[in-house]
Amino acid sequence: MTSLLIIVVLVLLAVALWQLTKIFDLTQVGARVAGANSQVANDKDNNLQGYLMFGFLAFIYIITIYCLIYFGDLPLMSNSASVHGKEIDRLMWITVVLIFLVQTVTQALLHYFAFKYRGRQGQQALYYADNDKLEFIWSVIPAIVLAGLILYGLYAWTNIMFVDSEEEVIEIEVYAKQFSWEARYSGKDNTLGKANVRYIEGVNTLGVDMSDPNAQDDISATELHIPKGKKVLFKFRSQDVLHSAYFPHFRAQMNVVPGMVTQFAFTPSLTTTEMRELPEIQAKVERINQIRAKRSEKLVAKGDAALDPYTFDFFIACNKICGASHYNMQMKVVVDTPEEYAAWLKGQKTIAEKVKEEKASQAAENAPATAVDSAAVTAKNDVVSQSPAGQK
Amino acid sequence: MSAVAHNHDHAHGHDHAHDHEHHHKDTFITKYIFSIDHKMIAKQYLITGIIMGVIGVGMSMLFRMQLAWPGESFKIFNVLLGDKWAPEGVMANDIYLALVTIHGTIMVFFVLTAGLSGTFSNLLIPLQIGARDMASGFMNMISYWLFFLSSVIMVISLFVESGPASAGWTIYPPLSALPQAISGSGTGMTLWLVSMAIFIASSLMGSLNYVVTVINLRTKGMSMTRLPLTIWAFFVTAIIGILSFPVLLSAALLLLMDRSFGTSFFLSDIFIAGEVLHYQGGSPVLFEHLFWFLGHPEVYIVILPAMGLVSEVMATNARKPIFGYRAMIMSILAIAFLSTIVWGHHMFVSGMNPFLGSVFTFTTLLIAIPSAVKAFNWITTIWKGNLQLNPAMLFAIGFVSTFITGGLTGIILGDSTLDINVHDTYFVVAHFHLVMGISALYGLFAGVYHWYPKLFGRMMNKNMGYIHFWITSVCAYGVFFPMHFIGLAGLPRRYYDNTNFPLFDDLQNVNVIITVFALVGGVFQLVFLYNFFVSIFYGKRAEQNPWRSTTLEWTAPVEHIHGNWPGEIPTVHRWPYDYSKPGHDEDFVMQHIPYKEGEEQLHH
Repeated sequence: MTSLLIIVVLVLLAVALWQLTKIFDLTQVGARVAGANSQVANDKDNNLQGYLMFGFLAFIYIITIYCLIYFGDLPLMSNSASVHGKEIDRLMWITVVLIFLVQTVTQALLHYFAFKYRGRQGQQALYYADNDKLEFIWSVIPAIVLAGLILYGLYAWTNIMFVDSEEEVIEIEVYAKQFSWEARYSGKDNTLGKANVRYIEGVNTLGVDMSDPNAQDDISATELHIPKGKKVLFKFRSQDVLHSAYFPHFRAQMNVVPGMVTQFAFTPSLTTTEMRELPEIQAKVERINQIRAKRSEKLVAKGDAALDPYTFDFFIACNKICGASHYNMQMKVVVDTPEEYAAWLKGQKTIAEKVKEEKASQAAENAPATAVDSAAVTAKNDVVSQSPAGQK
Repeated sequence: MSAVAHNHDHAHGHDHAHDHEHHHKDTFITKYIFSIDHKMIAKQYLITGIIMGVIGVGMSMLFRMQLAWPGESFKIFNVLLGDKWAPEGVMANDIYLALVTIHGTIMVFFVLTAGLSGTFSNLLIPLQIGARDMASGFMNMISYWLFFLSSVIMVISLFVESGPASAGWTIYPPLSALPQAISGSGTGMTLWLVSMAIFIASSLMGSLNYVVTVINLRTKGMSMTRLPLTIWAFFVTAIIGILSFPVLLSAALLLLMDRSFGTSFFLSDIFIAGEVLHYQGGSPVLFEHLFWFLGHPEVYIVILPAMGLVSEVMATNARKPIFGYRAMIMSILAIAFLSTIVWGHHMFVSGMNPFLGSVFTFTTLLIAIPSAVKAFNWITTIWKGNLQLNPAMLFAIGFVSTFITGGLTGIILGDSTLDINVHDTYFVVAHFHLVMGISALYGLFAGVYHWYPKLFGRMMNKNMGYIHFWITSVCAYGVFFPMHFIGLAGLPRRYYDNTNFPLFDDLQNVNVIITVFALVGGVFQLVFLYNFFVSIFYGKRAEQNPWRSTTLEWTAPVEHIHGNWPGEIPTVHRWPYDYSKPGHDEDFVMQHIPYKEGEEQLHH
């Protein structure tokens, strides 16, 4: 419906413009026969186009206000779920307000001048070639304002990106591959075991070096659980192409690069349950569920299954083009209270246990020939160059 | 002038039995195909660019339809993409990425680099500086034909069985290096790289020619501070191109080696399709550095010529000198310099050392200062003018408007802290489309409407021009303004379908609005195409100086001749912006008119 409306309005606008210019053409027939068809703007054109310019200013303002009202509920500019997110949001708001201010004023000047000084026969333009004072003013003002923004930005950036090595953090590995995510927890020793793609085998999908003592208590999971209020240092690894771990609600993002380990640290400030209870989030979820209900009706009418109602969850989305199914590479993120987190972690099996189970079941299936495989794996040890534990 | 004489000889190297006073009989092939005349080469660039533009814009309309109505069946998809890529009219996810990739490549390189800078540098440099032709007409011809060849290869890559390149126009490896990762990285990617390598050769030949011509072939009296701003812009653009395009070539060659000869420049530790690959020790981040070392200057290669054209069109139609001529030159130079040291702002979250992020934030936000100076100078130029609102002038004003709107959001993206959360979302898409896509296109349109009489000796229809402008500008804002908001809501770019994230369900209606504006805006470009092609044959014949402009190209006869001026080359006596100068009867004084007795120079 909206689309139809927009098309109709634009087509009518085109027709109206065409007609207006036609009328102006006709009124000129008697006036200036010679210059009428020169395809150079005359006073009538200048007049009409000048008014349209002023009208266009109105259009810019209207579309701005419309967008602010209807799409201006920006979940990513408030309700951050991490500690540093508040800082980013504050800087964002300052910058956005500033930008809107400059935008409103400069567009007004530009379009108003285009209207006010539209050409008229006999009008004389002012010969005004330069003015050092003006140039100075409008170089210095942006310079000062930007200096402020740069300083604030760099201060925040340094706080976010540099992790104090003395600080006590929980290290979690986030592992990317086409087109899914996995997580690895360091276990009781709080040290991730060495890993490399050359160790990938069976259930050891993360390529953990099972001969490394630090790797023995490592835990893998397909859902990312993190505790509220504790600083988490994420170590990112990819096994195939570039990915990007985008945690929109935590104002966090880092590319995941094959062949190296990247990192990003943040402290979650709201649990999933707390986030779900925020009024803004509840309103948004309700709105989304209305949309989904409407869409479900159509689907059911067609004989398809209805959509599940939506409940809010944090997620990691892949935000660097990584292949055909890039659009559906996501992992659920759950922020627990520290107690819930500890309990959840206790319930998870270590990678070592999983490998052992796999071996046992394989051995049960075909008794001989398994010992050879593990020997082949250890022989590859010398090739390994990168490991998360080695990168500090 | 010896350079001119040499040039003249060169232009007639194959046929030296006459001089240019006599009409030179060209065959169809030497006149229209393998021409060494800069005006013809300009037209060839423009028309090739327009054809590539039709392909690029058409692709964007297709994937916008997919985004607005995901998974719906459209007959047009099946017709254009075929059964393999659009079975039963539903667009497949891999061809979506291919469309996005080729749209970006074509628009950035083939339309806005070659179509804009190639056309107008070729047309205007010799005419505005008072030269008979480019320094090397032959190299100029080679430059165009290499561009043509690269366009053909790029178009051919659309038809290979495994599909065209689909790793995004930034072709980051390993995705672009491994056919196992995405099918477009097979033959399609090889053709992409070959096409770009040829394109770069073409661009370098063109740029070297422009620089040499501007330095050596200026007519008597044409000092650097009497050059029109167009020439300054083309000159500096060519220099940035010479400095940065070779780096892309090296990146492309290294990537080609990784793909074909088993080297590991960009690849390391890869497990894909069930096996470990042998690559060891390379880094994709190195590729990102090499790519953006060109990639960022590239956006200025696109926007600076547009700025130059807009400055010229604006001064002429405002009947006023451009405000702050020297400040404009200084800001072009400052932008050019800064553009080469800001590439890292594309890589804040790439995994490079965060300290580098701080440095690049600093240099990036500095670039806002010369940009702001330019915007304020344009606004002051139309203040108290006598604005002749020709279609070219409307596009020039539209340029300033979109440049401000798009440029301001750069303050958010250039700030590493804020970039963390909007990086690679639709906010970025909105930003760069407004500031370098739409703005540069407006510059191109302004240039075409303004210099059409010089290109084809005829006028374009102004009423069609007005309709074209207003629909385009309404649609441009209609497409890209709401896009900022879905970006701020966290919607990642290059997603084939957003329905897997229920969080984004309430953004679907915005996507529909954007698509409708895009489709209408795209369709109305037909008005321009019709106007352009029909006016070549049926347009009203142009006067010598229809816009009453001051620069030298309007002293040349309408009829195109080898060597541009039938007699002596005009000598220059004043700067190019003596519009409405007090003490003159007309509201413009052309550059070749000497100062009257007692006339003073009023500008600094």
